[in-house]
Amino acid sequence: METTTKIKNRITELFQKKSNNILNIYFTAGYPKIEDTVTVLKALEKAGVDMVEIGMPYSDPVADGPIIQQSSLDSINAGMTIKKLLEQLKDVRKEVTIPILLMGYFNTVMQYGVETFMKEISEIGIDGVIIPDLPLDEYIEHYQVICESNNISNVSLITPNTSDERLHVIDNITQGFIYMVSTNSTTGNDAKKTEDNHEAYFNRIKSFGLKSPRMIGFNIKDKKTFTDACAYANGAIIGSAFVRMLSASSNLEDDINQFIQNIKK
Amino acid sequence: MNYNVDKKGYYGNYGGAFIPEMLYPNVEELRENYLKIIYDESFQAEYKDLLKNYVGRPTPLYFAKRLSEKYNTNVYLKREDLCHTGAHKINNTIGQILIAKRMGKTRIIAETGAGQHGVATATACALMGMPCVVHMGAIDMERQKPNVERMRMLGAEVIPSMTGSKTLKDATNEALRDWINNPVDTFYIIGSVVGPHPYPDMVARLQAVISEEIIDQLTEKLGNPNPTHVIACVGGGSNAAGAFYHFLDQPDVELIAAEAAGEGVYSGYSAATTALGKPGVLHGSKTLLMQTEDGQVVEPHSISAGLDYPGIGPMHANLFETGRATFMSITDKDAFEAAFMLARTEGIIPALESAHALAVLEHRKFKKSDVVVVNLSGRGDKDLMTYITRKEEYLSTK
Ligand SMILES: Cc1ncc(COP(=O)(O)O)c(C=O)c1O
Repeated sequence: METTTKIKNRITELFQKKSNNILNIYFTAGYPKIEDTVTVLKALEKAGVDMVEIGMPYSDPVADGPIIQQSSLDSINAGMTIKKLLEQLKDVRKEVTIPILLMGYFNTVMQYGVETFMKEISEIGIDGVIIPDLPLDEYIEHYQVICESNNISNVSLITPNTSDERLHVIDNITQGFIYMVSTNSTTGNDAKKTEDNHEAYFNRIKSFGLKSPRMIGFNIKDKKTFTDACAYANGAIIGSAFVRMLSASSNLEDDINQFIQNIKK
Repeated sequence: MNYNVDKKGYYGNYGGAFIPEMLYPNVEELRENYLKIIYDESFQAEYKDLLKNYVGRPTPLYFAKRLSEKYNTNVYLKREDLCHTGAHKINNTIGQILIAKRMGKTRIIAETGAGQHGVATATACALMGMPCVVHMGAIDMERQKPNVERMRMLGAEVIPSMTGSKTLKDATNEALRDWINNPVDTFYIIGSVVGPHPYPDMVARLQAVISEEIIDQLTEKLGNPNPTHVIACVGGGSNAAGAFYHFLDQPDVELIAAEAAGEGVYSGYSAATTALGKPGVLHGSKTLLMQTEDGQVVEPHSISAGLDYPGIGPMHANLFETGRATFMSITDKDAFEAAFMLARTEGIIPALESAHALAVLEHRKFKKSDVVVVNLSGRGDKDLMTYITRKEEYLSTK
C-alpha cells in the first residue's frame, strides 16, 4: 500500500477550524436550470453552509434514490457534461471560499480522463471528490497518487456493514473526511425500519477512535435529523431534501436561504 | 493466453467490481463463497439432479439435416430451447438459488428485460419456496405482458422500474438499489455474465454445462469433441459464455458471437456493443459500453428484448479485444428472416435472440467438412406477437 502524502486544502482547513455541526449540502449541477450551478453555490455560501458537494449527473446513478436520479436526468437532458460544469466553475474561486467537492460516478470521470480531470478541477480550486462506485482497492492501486499529487481529497464511504479491518484501511488513506452512510440505503430513502439500528452503528463508529473527521449522510433531511446526526459526527450532509426543495422553488436565493436557516436555527 | 477470470476479477482489461461501498459486504461474501459452494459435492449432486430431472438436461445436440444441406456444411443445433421455461436462463437461476440457500439468504431479487430471466428466477423461487421480487422496466412490462403474467402466476412480485429509459438497464439499476436497501437477507440473481466480480465468472460456470454437453455429444456422434465453429448470440453474453466455455482454450474452435445490430449498426437504433462501444463502467464492471462522449449510457435498440442491452459481459469484451472470438452484427431483419427460415426448414420456432445466431449461417461461408454448432438459446413462443405483427414489414420482399 502507498504511503499517503498529507494534503492541505479547504476541506482539511475547515476541519481544523470547526469540529462540529458542519453543514454540507449536496446539489445536482445544472439543476433546476442548466445555468443555475453557480447561483445555487453562491446562495449556499451566503446562507452560511460550511461545505458543498456538487453532483455531476450520470445516467445510471445506482447509489441514488429517485429525487437525485430525476434531477440528474433533467440536467443531462438540458446538456450538462463535465466539460460544461468545469466551464461554469472556472472562476468560482473569485466568489466562493467554502470547500467544494464534486460527486459523481466513475464512468463519466473515466471518459473525461481521470488524470486530466483531477488536474483541471484542482486548477479551478475544487477540493475533493466523491465517486461512490470507485472501489477502495482500485483507488489505492491506480488513483490515489493522482488525487494526492493534485491536492484532491478522495472521500470514501462507510456503511453499517463496513468491517473493522476495512475501517482501518479507509481511515489511513482518508484525506479530508469519511462519509458515513447513515443506513443501508440509497439516497433519500425514508424507510422507517432503518432508524432502529442507527444508534448502535453510530456509537460503534464514534467509539472506534478514527483519526479522520466524519460526516453523516443519506436520509438527513431537516433540523431534527441534522442535529441528531451531529451528535455522532463532525457534521452531516443533506442531499435529496435540498434537491426536492430546488425542484419546487420559484425564487432560488430566498428559498435556499430559508431552507438553510431552518436547519441552522 | 488465459480467457478466464484472474484473481482480481478481471478478464484482461475488463471486469472488476465497481460497486458502491454499500454493496461491498454482499459482493465480498459471495466472492469468498461461490467457488467453495459450486465445487462442493453436495451442491453438485443437487444441481445436477435438478438440471436432469427438472430442467430436462442434457438438451439434445441435433444434427439439422435440411439446414446443413441448405448451407452446404454440418449444422448442429444445441437445443437450449427445450429447457424448462424455454431458454438457457434456468441453468443459471437454479444454480444461483442453490448458492443463495447455502449462504442462508431468504429473499431473492432479479432484473429482467424480456422476462425470460425473470420467469426462470420466479420458477426457481417457486421450486424452493422462496419469496421473489423481479425488477422490470415499465416499458418492457408493457411489451412483454405474457411473461409478466407468468412470473405473477409463479408467485413473484414484479416491480416496474420507472426510472431512466424504463428498460433492462434501469431494471438492473433498481435491482442493485434493492440490494443496497436489503443487504443482509437478500440474494441478487443476475441474469447474465454481467455485474461485479464474481457474477460474470459464477454465471459462466453455471452455464458451462452447455459446452460440457456439446463435447460429450460430439464425441459420441463424431468421435471428436471439438466442432470447428460455435455460434451464439450475445446480449449480456450468458448463453455464449456457456457455449464457448470449454472451448476457450481450444484455438482450433472458432467462436462466433452474434450481436444485435437493430435497424443497422450505424442507424442510431442498434445494440451492437463491440461495434459502437468504448471501455466504460456499468453495473459494477469495466467493459465495452455504448455511451456518449461524456460517458452517459446510450439506450440500445434491438427487436429482441433479450439483446437490448448497452454493454456485454467483461469476458466477451476481452474475447473481442484479444480476437479470440469473432463478433458479427445481425440486423432485426436478418434475425427475423432466420427465424422464419428455421421454422420452415427444421420445424423449430426460435427465440428472436437465438435467431441472431442462426442468421450467421447466411452471412458466413462454411466448408463442407465444417462442424458448426449453433446455440439455440431459446424458443420463440414469447416472440409470437412480434412474429405476427412485424411479418409484413420484414418479409415483404419474399
Ligand atoms: C432466449 C434468449 N437468448 C439469449 C438471451 C440473451 O442473454 P445472454 O446474452 O445472457 O445469453 C436471452 C435474454 O433474455 C434470451 O431470452
